[in-house]
Amino acid sequence: MRASLPKIKTPYLLLFPGFAFLFIFFILPIINLAQTSTQTPIAGGDTGQNEQTFAFSNYINAFIENREQFGRSFVYATLATIFALAIAYPLAYAIAFKSGKFKNILLVLVVAPFFTSFLLRTIAWKQILGEEGFVVPTLRNLNLMGQSTTITSTSVAVVAGMTYNFLPFMTLPLYASLERIDPRTIEASGDLYANAITTFRRVTLPLSLPGVVAGTLLTFIPAAGDYVNAAILGSPNTKMIGNVIESRYFKIVDYPTAAALSFTLMAAILILVTLYIRRAGTEELV
Amino acid sequence: MSVDPITARGDLRLTRITKSYGEFTAVNDLSLTIPKGSFFALLGPSGCGKTTTLRMVAGLEEPTVGSIHLGETDITTTRPYQRPINTVFQNYALFPHLTIFENIAFGLRRRGIKDVKERVDKVLTLVELPHLAQRKPTQLSGGQQQRIALARAIVNRPALLLLDEPLGALDLKLRRQMQIELKWIQREVGLTFVHVTHDQEEAMTMADTIAVMNEGKIEQMGTPAALYDDPETAFVANFLGQSNLIKGKIDGADGENLVIDLYGQKIAMPKSRSHAIDTSLYAGIRPEKFRITRTGSQVGGNTLTGGHIEDVSYIGVSTQYVVAMPWGQELMVFEQNDDGVPPFNKGEEVLISWEPNFTFGLRGDEDIEAGMEVNPQELEE
Repeated sequence: MRASLPKIKTPYLLLFPGFAFLFIFFILPIINLAQTSTQTPIAGGDTGQNEQTFAFSNYINAFIENREQFGRSFVYATLATIFALAIAYPLAYAIAFKSGKFKNILLVLVVAPFFTSFLLRTIAWKQILGEEGFVVPTLRNLNLMGQSTTITSTSVAVVAGMTYNFLPFMTLPLYASLERIDPRTIEASGDLYANAITTFRRVTLPLSLPGVVAGTLLTFIPAAGDYVNAAILGSPNTKMIGNVIESRYFKIVDYPTAAALSFTLMAAILILVTLYIRRAGTEELV
Repeated sequence: MSVDPITARGDLRLTRITKSYGEFTAVNDLSLTIPKGSFFALLGPSGCGKTTTLRMVAGLEEPTVGSIHLGETDITTTRPYQRPINTVFQNYALFPHLTIFENIAFGLRRRGIKDVKERVDKVLTLVELPHLAQRKPTQLSGGQQQRIALARAIVNRPALLLLDEPLGALDLKLRRQMQIELKWIQREVGLTFVHVTHDQEEAMTMADTIAVMNEGKIEQMGTPAALYDDPETAFVANFLGQSNLIKGKIDGADGENLVIDLYGQKIAMPKSRSHAIDTSLYAGIRPEKFRITRTGSQVGGNTLTGGHIEDVSYIGVSTQYVVAMPWGQELMVFEQNDDGVPPFNKGEEVLISWEPNFTFGLRGDEDIEAGMEVNPQELEE
C-alpha cells in the first residue's frame, strides 16, 4: 500500500504548482473579467463602481464605438506579420544553411535585443525615425520624401516598430523548422531535375511550413493586442484596440467597456487563428 | 555545337580527378571508366573518397582538377538538375511532405513528362509496392523506403544510377534480400548502376566490376573473383575477405613457378601471381585454401610443417582453426566439415598444405596490417 500510493500521486503533485498558478492568475481573473464585462455603473456611485446587470449590450456598444481601432489593429498586425516574415525567412534560411561556424553567434544576435527592455528599444526607434535621426534627413536629401513629411506619428512608424519588435518571434521558429530539414532532401530535389527556385517552392518551403505557421502566430497574436508601439511611435490617428483598452482601464476607468473589448479581441484572434491553422493544414506535416 | 547534357548517354569517364578541401585531399588523381550497362561498385573504408567521387558524378561537388564525361559530353561543371543521373541517397532522402506517388513522380513532373501515372504505377509494380502509393514516407518501413528511393530514381530512366550505401540502414536479412533484388532490377531495367559501399560482401554479391578505393586512390579494379583470387596489395587482400600473409624470399625459378623460401621451408607459386618488385615478398593464401592433415601424411602441393593447433571454432558447415607456426605467426584455416574426419584438437601438431596456384605474392615492403583495422560496421560520415 505504502509503496504504491506515492506512485499514483506523483504526476498530480508535479502538475499542482502549474495548475494552481494558472488557476489563481489566469482562470480567476478571466472569470472576474467576464463578470465585469456585463456590468453597468451604479447610478450616483463613484467612478469605477459598477453593478452586475448582465448588460450584454456593452459588447455591441463597445464594438461599434471602436470598430475603427479594431480594424486598424488587425491591419497593422497583418502588415507587421508579413514584413517580419519577409525579413525573417531569408535570415533564418541563411542561419540554418549557410552560416557554418557563425551559426551560434548569429542566433545569439537574433535574441540579443531581449537583453534590453522592450520599452527602451521602442523609444529608441522614435529617435531613429525622428527629425534628428539619420533616416528622415537621408530620405529627404534623396528626394524620396517631402521636406515637411515625417515618419513618427504615422502608421509607417507603428508598423515598422511592431515589425522590429516581433522579428525574433518570427525568426526563431522559422530557424528551428528550416534547421530540421535534411539537406539531402534538398540535394535529392536537385538530383531529380528541380532547379533552385523549384526546389525552394516544392521542397524547402513546404517543409518549413510548420515554422511559418508558428512564427506568424507568435507575431500576429501579440501584435494584434499591442499598444506600446502605437503609443510611443504613433498619434491619435494610429490608435489600436490595445490603446483603447488601456485608456478605458486606467484613464477613463470604464471597466465594463474595457473588459468587453478585451473579450471581443480575444474571440476575434481565436477565430482568425483557428481559420488560419485549418487553412495551413499543419497537422499533416508533423 | 552544344549538346543538352540531359540527353547524354554512354560510358562514364573520370579523367584525372582530384578533389581537395583545403589541406585535405579526398580524391587523388583518379581515372576511371565505367562501361554503359554495368553494375559497378566503389568499395572502400570510410574516408577513402568513394562518396566524394560519387557526389562529383552526381554534380553535388565539383572536382578541383580533372574532368567527367558521359559518352562524349563533358559534364564536369553541369548542375545536378541538368545531368541525366539520379541518386539513391544513403538515408533515402524521400520528401516527407509528399505521398509515395508524388515522391516518385517528382522527377517526371520537373521534366514535364506526360504519362506520369502510367510510369509511376509501372515502377511501383517493379518494386512490388503498388499498394503504398498514397502513403507518406514516414508510414513505411526501412526496406520499403529503400525500394521507393530506388523507384524514384529509376522511373526517370537515367543514363546512370548512383547508389550511396543504399542498404546501410537495413538489417542483415533484409540487406541480403535487397542485394539480390537490386541485381535483378539492374538487369531488368538495363541501366548503368554505380554503387558505393564499405561492405565487401555487398559489393561482391552485386557488382560486375569492383574498384577498391583507399586514401583517395583506386587500389585495384576487377571482377569480384579476380580481386579475391589475386589481390595486388595487402589492403585489397585484407579488405576483401581474410588473408594469411607470410613473409618470404624469392629463391629462384622453376619453369612457370617461383620458388619461395618461407622461414626455411620451400614452396612454389606461379610467376604471374607475384606482384613483388624485388626478391622480398609476402606469400598470401586465403584461409579456405589451406588443408590440415596429421603430421607425416602424404599430401601434394605446398606444405608447411611444425604448426600446432592453437584454437578450434566449430561453426557447423566449417571449422575455423588458428594454427601457430614455428616462426611465431598464427595462420587462419577454414576447413569444410564434409569428410566426416573428426576435427583436430587444440595442441595437436599438424601439416598445412595447399595448391601452389592459390598462392598470391605481394611486395615485401607492404604494410600487412593495411585494410585490417577497418571496422566494416562503420558508416561513412
